[in-house]
Amino acid sequence: MNSSDTNRIDRRFAALKSQGRTALIPYITAGDPGPSHTVGFMHACVEAGADLIELGVPFSDPMADGPVIQKACERALVHGTRLTHVLEMVAEFRQQDTETPVVLMGYLNPVERMGYDNFARQAKQCGVDGFLAVDMPPEEIDENAALFAEHGLQSIFLLAPTTSEARARTICHHGQGYLYYVSLKGVTGAATLDADAVGEQLAKLRELTTLPLCVGFGIRDGESAAAVGRVADGVIVGSALVGRIAERAETPETIPEALKAILGEMREALDRSA
Amino acid sequence: MSRFFDLTQLPDARGHFGPYGGRFVSETLSFALEELESIYAELKNDPAFQAEFDRDLTHYVGRPSPLYHAERWSREIGGAQIWLKREDLNHTGAHKVNNTIGQALLAKKAGKPRVIAETGAGQHGVATATVAARLGLECEVYMGAEDVERQKLNVYRMRLLGAKVVPVESGSRTLKDAMNEALRDWVTNVDNTFYIIGTVAGPHPYPMIVRDFSAVVGREARRQSLEQIGRLPDALVACVGGGSNAMGLFYPFVQDDDVRMVGVEAGGEGVASGRHAAPLTANAPRGVLHGNRTYLMSDEGGQIADTHSVSAGLDYPGVGPEHALWKDVGRVDYVAADDHDVLAAFRELTCVEGIMPALETAHALAHAKKMAAEMRPDQHIIVNLSGRGDKDIHTVAKIDGIEF
Repeated sequence: MNSSDTNRIDRRFAALKSQGRTALIPYITAGDPGPSHTVGFMHACVEAGADLIELGVPFSDPMADGPVIQKACERALVHGTRLTHVLEMVAEFRQQDTETPVVLMGYLNPVERMGYDNFARQAKQCGVDGFLAVDMPPEEIDENAALFAEHGLQSIFLLAPTTSEARARTICHHGQGYLYYVSLKGVTGAATLDADAVGEQLAKLRELTTLPLCVGFGIRDGESAAAVGRVADGVIVGSALVGRIAERAETPETIPEALKAILGEMREALDRSA
Repeated sequence: MSRFFDLTQLPDARGHFGPYGGRFVSETLSFALEELESIYAELKNDPAFQAEFDRDLTHYVGRPSPLYHAERWSREIGGAQIWLKREDLNHTGAHKVNNTIGQALLAKKAGKPRVIAETGAGQHGVATATVAARLGLECEVYMGAEDVERQKLNVYRMRLLGAKVVPVESGSRTLKDAMNEALRDWVTNVDNTFYIIGTVAGPHPYPMIVRDFSAVVGREARRQSLEQIGRLPDALVACVGGGSNAMGLFYPFVQDDDVRMVGVEAGGEGVASGRHAAPLTANAPRGVLHGNRTYLMSDEGGQIADTHSVSAGLDYPGVGPEHALWKDVGRVDYVAADDHDVLAAFRELTCVEGIMPALETAHALAHAKKMAAEMRPDQHIIVNLSGRGDKDIHTVAKIDGIEF
């Protein structure tokens, strides 16, 4: 079900594969600590070596997230950041960066409220490449998958250590772009992961799919990124970045440098271990 | 009435009630829900399991609960006869225990040593803590910090029963936030933990399971109506937050087309004010929260709206998906009662019948009174007296300006 090779996500992973590199995928919550900062943070991530950006759509009830991202959502919502604003941010990002893939990540209800067709159309117009809703398993996407595909918006799905082989087959069948392997049972920002155990799981998944396998949850520094990078096609880092944004919420002008520092460390560690 | 759905044959295999319901959860939980579905499918038709459930309902809960003719109140209203299905007389004081008994048995069969629950008014939390104590299960109950404040008595009850009560400070600090936190716990501890959901919402198969365990109320009421009234009632009335007590009463009557059913939501300061918890009455847009698609109060950007109600147990922005379908097909009418009428009904039943209802239940009573006044004395209304009001004395006293 992979869409045409014009999609930025597919292009980016193809290029990384040919270079033998691991994707570095930062997650930040749009609108945190204020809506005017987000596009600058995205560019900073790219400068520090990010290959793809997961941009969080803030939600009032982020039930799969730990306290760090919950608070980021609250900071973003205080300023009135809604899905329409997040789409505008991506459009603004695209004025300078036409190549880095952007995936919107969040919960289903803002899209449900906007309407799937409307969302898919606007998202594509603004330069969004993929969509990942934590609470949208492939069984529930139904006719909306076709709508997304029509607009060239890729559906990204999660896999977990608890996913059965039968479910993994379904998810691999429906998945596009890449698969997001949740390395831990728990919410975002939880404990550190066991890279060897993740490696074993990924090896099993590779028998079911040729999609890139990216790993999130529990990656917080260069060392953990490199450990996972040895077994995964991409590493996703969220709470570690969002935590740094939170620490500097009162001095947002210092945040781009802080993001670059941690992502730079991860980039270097990934490239060194490649 | 035109019907596209056989209302006795839902949900479908994927947990959908027409366009509602489903299983919108993070992937980590999918296996636990599949496991629960298969355990329940097996036990649902297992005579030994059903016998154990029935035995517990009889000897531990104290069923059947009486169907009581509120003669004096009916006479004062001067219209239809009001009958009260006395779920307040159950062990722990509300209908909630019917479901927790059933789910605790499922937890035992699943071999999970730990149970968690969310609670609003605290009745479901108390019922869960109670069955956990009896079965020797570790129990943790999530409760919005605002509800911890307004339902202190139930909080202490749960602690006496050996449960850990966790106040939830995030969001609006009420029932929906408690459910978020319970889901976060479950996704972390899914290997050893059974989540006992307290209402007919959540991801499939919960709405179905909670309905089936709660339906003992309606089965009894139907039989008692035939015995005591000599026929089926003209109408059923129950309050609706998530909708478990209404579902429990209504479901066994769903094919009795002559029995009118009315679900009463929390009107708060009035549906027109926007400060309420009545998604069905207010025609809230369709949305997805806590694992299912339903009528859901949210702003234009899809952010969940704050709700308002004098009763913690109804203070929830969504509603069970089967109720959403019943509204659409016209099988049940959904209305709202505002805080003012609810408090009046609370006082009235207490003074006239000597039965102190929960504030949640008083929503149903407030509307039943209006309905009865427009009906004939030879007509009959059954109200689900879903819980007793001891837990609300503190709230009512505060409104009266009394401090203990």
